[in-house]
Amino acid sequence: MPTQLKERAIAVIVNNRPDVLARIAGTFSARGFNIESISANITRNPAVTKIIITTLTTQDTIAKVIKQLNRLVDVLEAKRLRRPQAVRREMIIARLPRTKERQAAIQELIGNRGGKVVNEESNAVILEFTGDKEELEEVLTRLEALGMEDFARTGIIALERGKS
Amino acid sequence: MQQTGSQILFTALKEEKVDTLFGYPGGCVMDIYDELFRQDIRHILVRHEQGAIHAADGYARASGRVGVCLVTSGPGATNTVTGIANAYMDSIPVVVLTGQVPTAMIGNDAFQEVDITGITRTCTKHNFLVRQIGDLHGTIREAFQIARSGRPGPVLVDLPKDVIQSVMETDRPATALPPEEAPCPDLEGLCSEALKLLVKAKKPLIIVGGGVILGKASEEVRTFARKFQIPVVSTLMGLGAFPASDPLWTGMLGMHGAYYANMAVSQCDVLMAVGVRFDDRATSKVDAFAPHAKIIHIDIDPVSIDKIIRTDISIVSHCVSALKTLLRLSDVQELRRPEGHLHAWRNRIHQWKAEMPLSYCRNRNIKPQYVVEKLHQLTQGRAIIATEVGQNQMWAAQFYRFNEPNTFLTSGGLGAMGFGLPAAIGAQVACPDRTVVDVAGDGSIQMNIQELGTIAHYGLPVKIVILNNLYLGMIRQWQELFYGRRYSQSDVIQVLDFVKLAEAYGIKGLRATKPNQVKRVLQEGLETPGPVVMDFHVEPEENVFPMVKPGTPLSEMAFGNVRTAVA
Repeated sequence: MPTQLKERAIAVIVNNRPDVLARIAGTFSARGFNIESISANITRNPAVTKIIITTLTTQDTIAKVIKQLNRLVDVLEAKRLRRPQAVRREMIIARLPRTKERQAAIQELIGNRGGKVVNEESNAVILEFTGDKEELEEVLTRLEALGMEDFARTGIIALERGKS
Repeated sequence: MQQTGSQILFTALKEEKVDTLFGYPGGCVMDIYDELFRQDIRHILVRHEQGAIHAADGYARASGRVGVCLVTSGPGATNTVTGIANAYMDSIPVVVLTGQVPTAMIGNDAFQEVDITGITRTCTKHNFLVRQIGDLHGTIREAFQIARSGRPGPVLVDLPKDVIQSVMETDRPATALPPEEAPCPDLEGLCSEALKLLVKAKKPLIIVGGGVILGKASEEVRTFARKFQIPVVSTLMGLGAFPASDPLWTGMLGMHGAYYANMAVSQCDVLMAVGVRFDDRATSKVDAFAPHAKIIHIDIDPVSIDKIIRTDISIVSHCVSALKTLLRLSDVQELRRPEGHLHAWRNRIHQWKAEMPLSYCRNRNIKPQYVVEKLHQLTQGRAIIATEVGQNQMWAAQFYRFNEPNTFLTSGGLGAMGFGLPAAIGAQVACPDRTVVDVAGDGSIQMNIQELGTIAHYGLPVKIVILNNLYLGMIRQWQELFYGRRYSQSDVIQVLDFVKLAEAYGIKGLRATKPNQVKRVLQEGLETPGPVVMDFHVEPEENVFPMVKPGTPLSEMAFGNVRTAVA
């Protein structure tokens, strides 16, 4: 249905100029669209940046958003990253207190979810997990149960599958 | 050779064939003004930076070229924001050069510092902050290219003082500019489909908008309309794109459009919209707009297509290319509309025109519509008319029948009062041999009244027609019709002597208070060399009709004390 609200992902490929991110964000806010998550980094060409944005919106609106973005001078291309043609991933890093009691539970969680330890201090450890949104929501629930102190989460990144 | 930033700036402006700057000096642009002293480019000193941007805008609208204004940092720049938003809404090509504090001080809340690129990010087509002198020349050239290409718009270039003051070696060749836009893929295929619809149509209609004027496509529209004998209506921004003297002319549509125009739109079976963005003032209730029509939409900006109105055939193209292709294909395919189809529709439109022409009732007071009619007559419909906003704007649009593009300068999208006077200045500078008239209300003329100083300074022979009713007219009209006649803050009790005010600026002032004085005052004003202010004391509570209430279909118009028609 064209009026159904769904989380939709788009890729925006832009010239790597200082105010480009502000311009993209400004297009969203000026038109009343909300950015749910955003991830940006340079491509193999340092003059070109790729930005992945997710927004909760309708099919009609996402089409309008893409036209608006394509009109911006520094935008080289803006396109949909549709499910299921595009694979979505996110990453979290989380800090847990390091105790004998938690040791086993942490090892089990890492084993089940393909996580890893990226930092160890005497009293705390930082774990890293990647996955899709649902998987990470589950991991976070478990981490909270293990007394997670703090965490950081990337925006969603997505990439079209190869042609079969 | 070694060149300063200022010199590089003027080199780039010369390469862009800029002949006029509208500006106002300030601390951060002193070096530019010092260099200006040595250059032979014309500079018009305004009395408020808002006057500079509106004048550059009026220059662009009247000439079809890019208008340029130069202001300082901080308050100078912020004073141009209304004018920039105005140019953005109407897609007018202007380049705004703003001074900025030195790069090392940016972000430190320096004296007269504002983040103007941040502030104007969403109301410019694009903007630039030049961080080093090596980027300056290329940025200026790119700014002009962006301003004039595709769908035109305002581009701001922020120039930090240290960049302008620094020096570099400049033996480099001129920078390569980004390529022009790619043409519409499958233009021929889409035009063929459009022609099929138009040839079969029993009640076809063309709507022209501002895009036809910006795209310089008036001649192609005329040729096409006449070839197929298709009636033409216009939006406010399209007035002048198709001659009002042509038998196919069917008026302006929209909230204050003519009865016959709105009826034609409501009854047509094929609608071809060229350079139109389907703004709410033109369409009124969107799902009741052209309910029986298949819609062909030609526009250069894909954002406008299917934004508000669903289209049956959309052609993303420069309108000249699309129209030329339509004409060529119709020649090749030897297409003609059947004779029988032509007459019935033409007669229907004639009937509507006879039933309800644009009209007003005469009485012992001066009617503002009468002033505009007489103005049209005495200028043979060939003046360039700038307007302010509100009732004055609507009466000028309705009663001054425009025949040429680039002769009606009005703030359509933004509706900014205070636009007309400085825009008239820009137009007069661009077209020194034409008669330029600003049609204003007593409210709006005061918003940039200080520009009378600019007019006097340069002896610009701008004629100012004030439709003086001692009200903020359009507000009062809405309060009368929709707010139980509660005239909250719309009655201007203080009587301003516009004649004395004009004379204080050294400008001739004339006044008419009775209908039999109107022609004489207009004649004297138009024939006197130099600027003239004409103060017409008009009927205080005259309303603009027809009127379509917002949210109702175009076919449901109110006519005041004549009748209310429902199709």
